[in-house]
Amino acid sequence: MLRVLFTVLMLLCLPVAGLAQDLQSLLQVHKDEIAKPKRKSVGPVLDALVASGHPALSQFLQNWQEKEVYQRTGDEMFFYVQESGDALTLLDIETREIVTEGVAEDAMAQIKPNGGVRKAIGEALVQFQLSDPDPARRADALDAISRNLDASQLEPLKRSIEGETGPSLRLRKERLANYLVARFGKTTGDRVTAIENLSDDLSVDGRAVLSQILRTKLVATQEPTDSMNLARIVTPGEDEELSVHAAYEILVDEAGLPPIVTQEDVLAIIGANVDGGRAGGIALAAMDNWDMRYRAYDALAEQGVAPPRATDVPALVSEWTFAEVYDEKDSDVTDAAKATQETVETRVAMSQAADLGLDAISLASIYFLAAIGLAITFGVMGVINMAHGEFIMMGAYTGYVVQLFIPDYTLSLIVALPLAFAVTFGAGVAMERLVIRWLYHRPLETLLATFGISIALQQLAKNIFGTQARPLTSPGWLDGAWVINDVIQIAYIRIAIFVLAVLFLGLLLFILKKTRLGLEVRAVTQNPRMASSMGINPDKINMLTFGLGSGIAGIAGVAIGLYAKVTSEMGSDYIVQSFMTVVVGGVGNVWGTLAGAGMIGTLQKWIEWLNPSNTLAAQTYMILFIILFIQFRPKGIVALKGRAAGD
Amino acid sequence: MSDASLSKETISSKEIGPKSSKDFATTPKRRSFIAQNPSVLWFLLALAAFTLGVTLLSEAAGSAVISTSFVKTLGKTLCLCLVAIAMDVVWGYCGILSLGHFAFFGIGGYAVGMWLMYARTEAIVAENLAGQIIPPTQAEISDAIASQIFGVVGASEFPLIWGFSHSLILQLAMVILIPGLLALVFGWLAFRSRVTGVYLSILTQAMTLALALYLFQNDSGLRGNNGLSGLQNIPGFEQVPQAQISIAFFWASALALGLGYVLFAWVLRGKFGSVIRAIRDDEARVRFLGYHVESYKLFIFTLTAVIAAIAGALYYPQAGIINPGEVAPIASIYLAVWVAIGGRGRLYGAVIGAAFVSLLSSWFTGGGVPAIDLGFYTIQWTDWWLVLLGFSFVAVTLFLPGGISSLFDRLVRKET
Repeated sequence: MLRVLFTVLMLLCLPVAGLAQDLQSLLQVHKDEIAKPKRKSVGPVLDALVASGHPALSQFLQNWQEKEVYQRTGDEMFFYVQESGDALTLLDIETREIVTEGVAEDAMAQIKPNGGVRKAIGEALVQFQLSDPDPARRADALDAISRNLDASQLEPLKRSIEGETGPSLRLRKERLANYLVARFGKTTGDRVTAIENLSDDLSVDGRAVLSQILRTKLVATQEPTDSMNLARIVTPGEDEELSVHAAYEILVDEAGLPPIVTQEDVLAIIGANVDGGRAGGIALAAMDNWDMRYRAYDALAEQGVAPPRATDVPALVSEWTFAEVYDEKDSDVTDAAKATQETVETRVAMSQAADLGLDAISLASIYFLAAIGLAITFGVMGVINMAHGEFIMMGAYTGYVVQLFIPDYTLSLIVALPLAFAVTFGAGVAMERLVIRWLYHRPLETLLATFGISIALQQLAKNIFGTQARPLTSPGWLDGAWVINDVIQIAYIRIAIFVLAVLFLGLLLFILKKTRLGLEVRAVTQNPRMASSMGINPDKINMLTFGLGSGIAGIAGVAIGLYAKVTSEMGSDYIVQSFMTVVVGGVGNVWGTLAGAGMIGTLQKWIEWLNPSNTLAAQTYMILFIILFIQFRPKGIVALKGRAAGD
Repeated sequence: MSDASLSKETISSKEIGPKSSKDFATTPKRRSFIAQNPSVLWFLLALAAFTLGVTLLSEAAGSAVISTSFVKTLGKTLCLCLVAIAMDVVWGYCGILSLGHFAFFGIGGYAVGMWLMYARTEAIVAENLAGQIIPPTQAEISDAIASQIFGVVGASEFPLIWGFSHSLILQLAMVILIPGLLALVFGWLAFRSRVTGVYLSILTQAMTLALALYLFQNDSGLRGNNGLSGLQNIPGFEQVPQAQISIAFFWASALALGLGYVLFAWVLRGKFGSVIRAIRDDEARVRFLGYHVESYKLFIFTLTAVIAAIAGALYYPQAGIINPGEVAPIASIYLAVWVAIGGRGRLYGAVIGAAFVSLLSSWFTGGGVPAIDLGFYTIQWTDWWLVLLGFSFVAVTLFLPGGISSLFDRLVRKET
């Protein structure tokens, strides 16, 4: 019992002990430094203030930094002020209670720390913020630290880990402390351990820590390099990364050799010393080549009006050793960092490959959706529908119009998908009835007639909806991305498109293999005459097939519109790719289209990865590749066998 | 019975060759080339009369009934007619629906444009550098030209493909060689693997798209999106007014069209022409008869590509600018549309189609046609012309498969 009482008493005493010295008197100890702080000398003062652990200190530091602290000129006491009319009201520095009212402005001096001091105060403040009760401010402090890693932050950060309650913030703090140890740890052993811990870390920050440890400087030396922590020796040469010329420039900077006379200098000197149409004894008219110009310059240099040119640069350069030297002196640390960097880079490369794979799958599903409708009509009827791209566009605009009427994005999407199917199904059937069925035996003319429809539809859309892109907003639950690690992530919308593509693959396979309609479609594909002798009406099948293909194009349009913009020209962006997909995959086969889309999607992403700055080049190379591919498999990847192959 | 034996002998005579073919095929050989192809004479006469008329009415002749810009439009139309007959030969006669002939046209334009741009920039640079105290070196001149030309795409060095641009002769050779080689290689690859019909169309379209995408890149060495410009200024003729230059190009275009027409009529006459048409009608049967179909197709494909390039080389100095948009696949499809509307399988049909549609198109899109006020809506033809073109094209395909020129047949048939 007594012990409990004693403990309570102790606890009660603790804050009292902290308050033993009030803030004002604490500040008065360092009053000169606080009133006129200097970057160089403010450090010890801040340390002393922080060491006192005064509870109002963090508030004071913040106000000090923001130039809100005033000093009374008479007794050099510190106050906060409030303006009231012409006069000032003084507030207590600790409690913010009103001390005096109606003080004249010239009795007070505002304390204005300069930028360097404010930065130092900010660093001191970080440790308070790290333990701030507000998680958002703690996160801000961590952001501030990770923006600019500094040795002084290590101790406060380590101290704050103990009391951290938020699990994710605690994780971040530990990670950040590890970065700091890796860079500024006291012993080699600590640093090596910290660096080895980084091998799991694929984030940009973690990789930056490693590359900062491994930062090198190119130096020129004539002494043995054994004592340096050497990354490697660089040999200057014409085809090397360090040209002889650049190597000499380093010698000019570091060893004070005479600078190389540039061509501009030569021209300027000659121009400044023209005398009667001659310079250095050589006629200006003869100086249309560098031999003569240099000769004139050398003559001028002999006369003493210009510095002589450095001769025999290669020989001078060869007397020096050029080396990349680590800024870090400790070779154990750099060795560990190098090994870890290699591990990390391997893992990053593997993750990037996986990310690329996901991107390729997502692109392939878009191509599949765009091309499968075309593949059905092409395969079943041998008809190339150049207006297929415009059906995609129609579907996308249907989605846009639905969104105008139904503001709820989820609901409008649910309405738009079947509606887009219905609209383009109707358009497809109308086109088949009115145009295509008259041209069945003239495939090339079908191609051109559907092209006529395509330009008419495109212009119609332009006339109705205008030339600017229209948004087709995806519902909120499709925003954002699924983040697997720091490298691999994929947008939900792309996953949704992938799911849609898989659904359609399944649906089509079901229709074609398991339904009466599918049976008849396959019969007409293989042999229309025989099919019609068996009582199938090829006219009706053609019409339905065409409608089905067009309807899927409409749904693809909604899907594409969700992640790209809806414009009247969006169809033509996909039409050639769709043709490629169909032709590469093999005509008249769902699996063929799938293979074609997979191949083209993967290929495009792969080429883009090889040459990331230039997507146009990627498309060019891909088309060239496809042209070559057709040489070796003219019937596509999945070719129909036997008599079904026709011609 | 006699009919049957006759046809049998005809077939065998083909196989044996010229010796026995005399017996049956001599009659047409005695007739002159013009007599076999009356349309050539009429066409040349019409073209000559048209050229003369335009010249007399132009500003260069002083009468100025036709403005210089319209003379240029007419000259350009003649070039389009030339590329259209090339398209007609490859599609209407040989049955290859190439959707890439406008790409060859564009390559021709680029090839000639490179020289025009280089020579003109060289003159400007020489003028600028003349004021300098120290005469420039060769390298300095070439750097200055390069940074002048490629400044817009952030480059300042000549790419490899400009290696011949200083020489008009070499660059004119490029007009023929580059499209010729491209067509030869592409055609050889495509025909060798028996890619036919719509597949071939799509493949040629892909080739065109690849070319256009390549040209759109800034580091293609052809100024990317900006294309080549200022081509109407002919180096060495800066003092000659545009009115006269336009007439000179108009004549050159008319001459090229006339020569091209005669060349194609000559190539397509007699047995060679028959084989070409037979390939269109039934390729497999011609192959079984022992002809090397691929060689015939390759010859026609390459020849027409070269003619298309020559047409392009004449077109773009009159247009003044060429950019990658001109080479885009849509242009080649329009070319096919012109030929289809004009009438396939006859050279003058292509000429009629190209002239009719391209002039009508510039009339409509140029705002020459008054808008129609429907009360609730005003039809602006600049917006609706493409809709009209698209649907009328469908209508022609459906109801007039022979194109506009097939209407002549009906007239002629009525008279006889």
